[in-house]
Amino acid sequence: MKSWLTTTDHKRIGLLYFWTAFGFFLTGGLEALIIRAQLVRPDGGLGVSAETFNQLFTMHGTTMVFLALMPLSAAFFNYIIPLQIGARDVAFPRLNAFSYWVFLLGGLFLNASFIAGPLFGADRLSVAPDAGWFGYANLTSREYSPGPNVDFWLLGLQILGIASLAAGFNFIVTILNMRAPGMRMLRLPVFTWMTLVTQFLVITAFPVITVALVLLMFDRFFGTHFFLPSGGGDPILWQHLFWMFGHPEVYILILPAMGIVSEVLPTFSRKPLFGYTVVVYSGVLIAFLGWSVWSHHMFSTGLGPIADSVFAGTTMLIAIPTGVKIFNWIGTLWGGQIRFTTSMLFAIAFIAMFIIGGLSGVSHAAAPSDLQQTDTYYVVAHIHYVLFGGTILGLFAGMYYWWPKMTGRMLSEALGKWHFWLTLIGMNLAFFPMHLSGLLGMPRRIYTYSAELGVAGFNLASTIGAFIIGLATLIFFWNLLRTRSRPSNAPNDPWGGSTLEWAIPSPPPAYNFTVIPTVESRMPLWQTERHAPMAALPARPPAPIHVPGGSWWPMITALGLPVVAIGALSHLIPVVLAGAAVVIVGIYRWAYEPFEM
Amino acid sequence: MVEVVEEVMSAQGEGDKMATEQAHATTGTYLRVAAILVMITFIEVGVFYVPAFQNVLVPVLLVLSAVKFTLVVMFYMHLKFDNRFFTFLFGGPLLLGLAVVVSLLFIFYGTVRLRTGS
Amino acid sequence: MTHATSMGLDNRKMAFWAFIGSECLLFGSLISTYLVYKGRSLTGPYPHEILNIPFTSFSTFDLLMSSLAMVLALAAVQRGDMKQGKLWLLITALLGLVFLGGQFWEFSYFVHEGLGLTTNLFGSTFYVLTGTHGAHVTVGVIWLLTLWVQALRGKLGPANALTVEITGLYWHFVDVVWIVIFTVVYLIQ
Repeated sequence: MKSWLTTTDHKRIGLLYFWTAFGFFLTGGLEALIIRAQLVRPDGGLGVSAETFNQLFTMHGTTMVFLALMPLSAAFFNYIIPLQIGARDVAFPRLNAFSYWVFLLGGLFLNASFIAGPLFGADRLSVAPDAGWFGYANLTSREYSPGPNVDFWLLGLQILGIASLAAGFNFIVTILNMRAPGMRMLRLPVFTWMTLVTQFLVITAFPVITVALVLLMFDRFFGTHFFLPSGGGDPILWQHLFWMFGHPEVYILILPAMGIVSEVLPTFSRKPLFGYTVVVYSGVLIAFLGWSVWSHHMFSTGLGPIADSVFAGTTMLIAIPTGVKIFNWIGTLWGGQIRFTTSMLFAIAFIAMFIIGGLSGVSHAAAPSDLQQTDTYYVVAHIHYVLFGGTILGLFAGMYYWWPKMTGRMLSEALGKWHFWLTLIGMNLAFFPMHLSGLLGMPRRIYTYSAELGVAGFNLASTIGAFIIGLATLIFFWNLLRTRSRPSNAPNDPWGGSTLEWAIPSPPPAYNFTVIPTVESRMPLWQTERHAPMAALPARPPAPIHVPGGSWWPMITALGLPVVAIGALSHLIPVVLAGAAVVIVGIYRWAYEPFEM
Repeated sequence: MVEVVEEVMSAQGEGDKMATEQAHATTGTYLRVAAILVMITFIEVGVFYVPAFQNVLVPVLLVLSAVKFTLVVMFYMHLKFDNRFFTFLFGGPLLLGLAVVVSLLFIFYGTVRLRTGS
Repeated sequence: MTHATSMGLDNRKMAFWAFIGSECLLFGSLISTYLVYKGRSLTGPYPHEILNIPFTSFSTFDLLMSSLAMVLALAAVQRGDMKQGKLWLLITALLGLVFLGGQFWEFSYFVHEGLGLTTNLFGSTFYVLTGTHGAHVTVGVIWLLTLWVQALRGKLGPANALTVEITGLYWHFVDVVWIVIFTVVYLIQ
């Protein structure tokens, strides 16, 4: 127990990230199922109140984006990146632990709002955030949202931002500076590359949301008018700041999944990735363009013809590097010796589903067409095709691919196939009809709709699809759990992968590599035209390897942050100060404790 | 962003030697830079008070401030002497931030004009 | 931390430059907010009625001098002259404190003149922007004093030059942010 609380081992932190994020994924999924059960038929299928419904869709979006998808990617960053680059750990192991604890506590803080009502004198149990995952002003103003709901949201996101930023700096340095000898930048596995690009997006985009949340906090706590027209402020500024962060954020969500797929497809096609360099540069270009499109979320605010055209143009431009990647993935499959493992099936489905999501995305890059689609279920369909069909399918591909490495145990392929097919059928049944109900005029975020709208059939289909996804996810959960009671059965390299993580035991020893390998090609474990596969590493380290011990201070420092937030939430200055004191003491003890790298 | 690869690859050549031994400026340089910084600050404040400059005040002040900014970053933060990758790590986000500020101002004032018709 | 890295650059220094890059976006967003709301206050006091240029010029001068003191401190620590190193570290911190004192005086004066945080958009954007900068200066002063105390206790030497260098990077960055704020907020009214 103590060893887990104080761990600075990237592999353990990766597992902690995985299980925590998977827990939040199930929570967010449960919220989605309640939403779908309510919408199963006109006039409400479950009797959920409008207030509860607002909380459900807000927490579903917030949870999935910040507490499930980002940290599930982070689980792989943590576990896999040091292995792929041939390092013994990340550059800053304690900072890494700090990121995890801040993420966990931020997530718990956010979800505590579901039961915190009585503490704030509310007449209901749940005071969960209820202004949507992008919290548009002036819904979030004290006037229209007097309870602590939005406070939970803004303080929770502020805490989570700290975790992401800390991890961002850590992984940039790790990837650039901790590579094994010979591991040049253009020999890095694509997953590592996409992680690097993602972290640059994190460290540039998160400061913007930090500022937006600070301004919102001032509006709510201290009576300023940053987003309130009554004092000359402009609610549109919130939208600009949010989407300046928000659009890079969706690439933060998708690029790691693209990286995973770029690892899985070559392995199970027994072919090098087609156009490696182009795939890498396309990822860089996507990230770069991702910064230039934010206003396409705001066409309906009336930006004027020039801004509309510019942002429509930049948005459509992104389709080019994305299309390039898709052709490269398909080119990788072409002529390969394809093995349809569960991981491979998810990766292929990723390509197909992401194309659908990408196409609907291009359809609202055009401003006139977007005006028809904005705030309808069409947008809901789009985001779910890219974030579920894209990110989640990619993450599932990664879970089947790397689970043996992370735990030493193979997942059941039979259960995996059930999981895959039910997920694929379920998601299309759930999300495809949303395009149609949206185009027919069903607005998003309504808790009931009338039978006259003519969308009852589509909604019924969506609900059935959602529950099929739920069933599939339970099968996956069972598949994960049953490996815990099974003997270790994973060899070093169960799939015949080409990258360094497959050169070491599953799960790897604490020090990862008995000897740091010298890398001579982009696919060190494969026979290529010019290079023989890397020689096997010695089974035992030839010399003793120093593994850094654990530390309490990352966790203790992290503990101070929710205390500060609780103090702010309840307007108790002493509590804020106490939390800040914990953080400061934690930082000093951390800085001056002996910690030999 | 594309430059990052080239930067990193060019840094590769420098290989294993730690770059702590780079040539730093001398105390004399530091003092000269400080003198220039103070002088520019005087000019800035002077320009501010001279009515003749009112028409070109904004561009002049922006240029002067950019010069000061660059001097501090180049000499006091040693970017002139240090590894070029640090320049990328700082300059990339800096330019991004600048681009975002400028485009936000354009969009924002553009739409305000649209909405108010003024 | 002496083992070789892939790029031959120190991990901490690289992380810190990335952090400074990130901070550019933080201050960029705050300055954007200030500029977007420029001239949109519904009531006074307005910037030209209240901003005190001579006083702020002095604060700017003070912060520039603190940057000079900081590079001198670093140069001294690097050549192992801890006596000079201690002196310049202390002077840097004290100049930082002078700046903070000036900001405290300025804020109190503005409040006295009727410009509170919530009075108008100018007040809100001004206090949040300069206050965030002031918070950065405060962190810097605490950091510098920590190093100074370490030096007094003989625990800071040429071996820790990199720590001093990183502290300096932070301090100079806070200085360049002020250079921008001085121009954008005070001089261009």
